Amino acid sequence: MKSMKLMAAAAICALAVSLGGAQAQQVSGDVVKIGVLNDQSGIYADLAGQGSFSAAQMAAEDFGGKVLGKPIQVITADHQNKPDVASNIANQWIDTENVDMITDVPTSSVALAIQEITKNKNRVHINSGAASSDLTGKACSPTGVHWTYDTYALANGTGATLVKEGGDSWYFITADYAFGHALERDTGEAVKKAGGKVVGAVRHPFPGTTDFSSFLLQAQGSGAKVVGIANAGLDTVNTIKQAGEFGIVAGGQRVAGLLVFLSDVHSLGLKIAQGLVITTGWYWDLNDDTRAFAKKWAAKNGGRMPTMVQAGVYSGTMHYLKAIDAAKTDEAKAVVAKMKEMPVNDFFAKNGKVREDGRMVHDMYLVQVKKPEESKAAYDYYKILQTIPAEQAFRPVKDGACPLVK
Amino acid sequence: MIQELLGIPPQVLFGQLMLGLINGAFYAILSLGLALIFGMLNIINFTHGALYMMGAFTAYLLLLYAGIGYWPALILSPLIVGVFGMIIERLMLKPLYKLDHLYGLLLTFGLALILEGVFRERYGVSGIPYAVPAELQGAWNLGFMVLPIYRGWVVIASLVVCIATWLLIEKTKLGSYLRAATENPQLVQAFGINVPAMITLTYGLGVALAAFAGVLAAPIYSVNPLMGSNLIIIVFAVVVIGGMGSILGSVVTGFMLGLLEGLTKVFYPEASSTVIFVVMAIVLLLKPAGLFGRAA
Repeated sequence: MKSMKLMAAAAICALAVSLGGAQAQQVSGDVVKIGVLNDQSGIYADLAGQGSFSAAQMAAEDFGGKVLGKPIQVITADHQNKPDVASNIANQWIDTENVDMITDVPTSSVALAIQEITKNKNRVHINSGAASSDLTGKACSPTGVHWTYDTYALANGTGATLVKEGGDSWYFITADYAFGHALERDTGEAVKKAGGKVVGAVRHPFPGTTDFSSFLLQAQGSGAKVVGIANAGLDTVNTIKQAGEFGIVAGGQRVAGLLVFLSDVHSLGLKIAQGLVITTGWYWDLNDDTRAFAKKWAAKNGGRMPTMVQAGVYSGTMHYLKAIDAAKTDEAKAVVAKMKEMPVNDFFAKNGKVREDGRMVHDMYLVQVKKPEESKAAYDYYKILQTIPAEQAFRPVKDGACPLVK
Repeated sequence: MIQELLGIPPQVLFGQLMLGLINGAFYAILSLGLALIFGMLNIINFTHGALYMMGAFTAYLLLLYAGIGYWPALILSPLIVGVFGMIIERLMLKPLYKLDHLYGLLLTFGLALILEGVFRERYGVSGIPYAVPAELQGAWNLGFMVLPIYRGWVVIASLVVCIATWLLIEKTKLGSYLRAATENPQLVQAFGINVPAMITLTYGLGVALAAFAGVLAAPIYSVNPLMGSNLIIIVFAVVVIGGMGSILGSVVTGFMLGLLEGLTKVFYPEASSTVIFVVMAIVLLLKPAGLFGRAA
């Protein structure tokens, strides 16, 4: 009886709070502050960096600069790919600068640290840059959303496709940290599921490896049909380049870049990158909407074209602001709950959906890098091989071991 | 037999040793420049990595704006960057000679950060491709490994430059002046030799070596603002292990550590970026002046 009363009292209180919130339209600190936290000087600076900051600013401007009558402010910082540096910045942002949402956060080891901090301090984390599927698996959070892509989706797209094309034995060259391990694990599983096998792997130190020849030689010696490159950014560029030099492809092995960004292809040049099969969450030249965004972004970023990470930052930020508007508050759990209710429909995703584990599911694309003679203009790099429907692209909710999923 | 002992096929082992030799060539040529500068100027030149990067960028810019290819750039780029180095020496380093080592270190470190920042701002971090010259494209099949011709060239070119520099310092009249000037500048000056000019020249030579390595590296790694900072720490370890200021020591140690790193990549790849520092710690404990250094 007593407990019934207590329950009722609690329910009334909760109702009062939610009603009160709805009436007062709460925005903490009278400003909605968005922090773009990413690598601005290291090997991931081109695929995220200032370009992501620029994308978040564009989203705030396009939303009208205000939400619930309060100004939107976008700030940024360089996390240097170091979890400790990133944690310090995030704590300071939350504790003293009232940052409501942290976005982008490439480098999985850093993203996992930020996921923990934002969960404990009840702030929103919309990740676009990092890859580890653990962000919506065992490390999922009620305030964390993973927007653009993840290791499972990459593995599933590229891994399964290449096995079907006959590449049934794999050797991995893996960056020795959370992201590389997750990508190697997820791809290995996709390969096995498709009927292939993994013959070995070598892990290179991260960051700070520039010469991959030794690892390539080991891959060559393994006799595997496919050499899977489980690293990112500049590391991928160097590995693919040196694979060409050591005659990996000429020797009959296939090189699979498991995470290759548009900026990497630009840096490699089509002559070396041609023929690579890549899984991507977005490409600037898909349709009129994507081209319009890309053109606008390019005007602010020296004529470059946005990567999927940068486009994802815009899309995630926009959805976040819409959710605040609909939820009438910027309280983290309420906003993320609203984000999960509302479908995502913009230039980035059609009928995208944020699942209960925080994964934003949307169509992914299997693309192939064009030959130099096929490319008609700068950044005309991909031809679309296949659209992977949202429901097949990402890991099923039940397989992720996310504690939020009952 | 070997395979049973080490658990890896001999082909793989030889391949790795070959690669170690190639990396060792870069370490040798960079640490040689550092040792030269430290030996003659007593400056711990932290800009070395940035100047190596500038060497690669100069080659790229020469190609882009003047259509000058790899071979002329191999000479021109070290000259241009060398002159840039001499200007730095004259304007900034000269006032520091009388002060503690620490000041030179701080100044050159700051300068390295500025140089890197400027290039990063302008060119991003993904790197810019620079093609292997037509004459050196392709690869030799050595049986135990596929050796890209260009990498073979890197070893030969580095060896030649290292030996030439050593001969210049140890066997020529100019070299003897240089060595004398570091031992006792006042006395040498008294003989009518322009010591400040010699010092500027030495710095220029050390810097030119870094730029030369940069041009050699450009076709292997992309031309990249961060390429120097990745390498410089290792090269410092090489110089410390070899013995600060020892020219022969830095060259031999450079090649040796390249080989050691190559072996580590086979047996325990995760440690390949730290093995050199482990060696450094051991050497400092057992022989603080370095393997080839004279005890002060």
